[in-house]
Amino acid sequence: MAGKVNLRIWRGDSKSGDFKDVQVDANEGEVVLDVIHRVQATQMSDLAVRWNCKAGKCGSCSMEINGKPRLACMTRMNTFEEGETITVTPLRAFPVIRDLVADVSFNYKKAMEVPSFEPPADLAPGEYRMQQVDVERSQEFRKCIECFLCQNTCHVIRDHEENKKSFAGPRFFIRMAELDMHPLDTIRNRKQQAQEEHGLGMCNITKCCTEVCPEHIKITDNAIIPMKERVVDVKYDPVRWLGSKIRKREGI
Amino acid sequence: MATGVFSEGRASIDKRTLRTDKWWLQPAATFGVLLSFVIYSTFRAFEKNYYWAEPLISPFYSPCISTACLDGASHFGQPIGTLVVFGMVISPAFFILVVPLGFRLTCYYYRKSYYRSFWMSPPACSVAEPHKKYTGETRAPLILQNGHRWFFYLGLVLNVILTYDAVIAFRNADGEWGHMSVGTLVLTLNATLLWLYSLSCHTCRHTIGGRLRSFSKHPYRYKAWSFVSKLNGNHPLYAWISLFGVAFADIYVRMVAKGTITNYYFF
Repeated sequence: MAGKVNLRIWRGDSKSGDFKDVQVDANEGEVVLDVIHRVQATQMSDLAVRWNCKAGKCGSCSMEINGKPRLACMTRMNTFEEGETITVTPLRAFPVIRDLVADVSFNYKKAMEVPSFEPPADLAPGEYRMQQVDVERSQEFRKCIECFLCQNTCHVIRDHEENKKSFAGPRFFIRMAELDMHPLDTIRNRKQQAQEEHGLGMCNITKCCTEVCPEHIKITDNAIIPMKERVVDVKYDPVRWLGSKIRKREGI
Repeated sequence: MATGVFSEGRASIDKRTLRTDKWWLQPAATFGVLLSFVIYSTFRAFEKNYYWAEPLISPFYSPCISTACLDGASHFGQPIGTLVVFGMVISPAFFILVVPLGFRLTCYYYRKSYYRSFWMSPPACSVAEPHKKYTGETRAPLILQNGHRWFFYLGLVLNVILTYDAVIAFRNADGEWGHMSVGTLVLTLNATLLWLYSLSCHTCRHTIGGRLRSFSKHPYRYKAWSFVSKLNGNHPLYAWISLFGVAFADIYVRMVAKGTITNYYFF
């Protein structure tokens, strides 16, 4: 898409704000972030936008483009219709700081609430050994770039501010799943923690997190649903519960 | 007090969504198809007729285990008597339909579908839902969704029975083996699709190996998990085509039983 494009950019802060319409040049092969930078360089020198790598790997330029949570650096201009007005806003699940920059500190607070990896006491760093099949499973979750698009689109907190207290969100459910599936992690009650402290039960698996993930992590199918099933094992399945008590092998 | 996308501190935008695509199309289509199926299956359950045409039995009525069943339709006996409520005989379908209904109602894929299309929670991604409060599946009745695995196990039993129905459809109307009709194909296809739907289920994936912490210590279960994982990728597809398959099998048996069409025999 080369030529002039119409942009509607939300400008403001946590108290007030509005859309500003601009027309700007776009060149062949450009992405939305390029065009926003051109607006910043030519028309709105004080436009606030967060960005860093411009390669879809740092997760900084998360915003909403035509109402959809996207990375601005990975949204190509040629995906829009000729003459279409492209609306750009900050992430709408979090407080706005200014213009296109949202305050995502909620996520860092939630990250601190997840207990970190706890290796066996008799293994020193450097002595951990894992088979490839076991590594591969959690490797998918390690692709997360923490863009927080999944957190932003999750209706549990996007549409209900009051749930932020009790709900960690999809990004941290994949972290919990990764650790619960880790053969060397010794914390055995991550399932219970996920359900009772991090609000796993609030997720109604409508899969929006998976839909927006720029790393194509199957958040719902490979992390949230397996965690829900693991929770059923320990909380809602009396046969499994009894079996684990008799055979003493909860963590097979 | 405003909540959700209108909460204090968030970008002040007065629209519930700024999406410009036809985001409403998928939930609307899902709503229409699921509602049509519910209406049709309710009608068929209450009809109490045209579900058995030797050797074909409708999946809505199999196994037929009530004394209210038509002659010849009960392959597994009639352990349940004829129940009458408010002067109305309870349809034999009700004793059976609770299993597939429960299985599909608690299925992870269908949950996504009906939460979006019927309950609008949310109607689509980044489209604000209309509800003021949300507690998800943390309390009754939705906490019962955690019982999915019980319906899965019961559903497997039902699949075995429907496979048996497909096998006995290799007989002719006189009970002689070695024949095959269009009805045989219909019931075989129905049973196959139901197996695909059940085996691709997330609970199946978990049971077969997903609950393990270490795949390397359980190589056979890992292989089984890998196979089910492949099927699981197509679970939504199997969910839909098996739903259509059940409805089609029932419609076919009904038409044969009613005499609208003749069950054509290949040999």
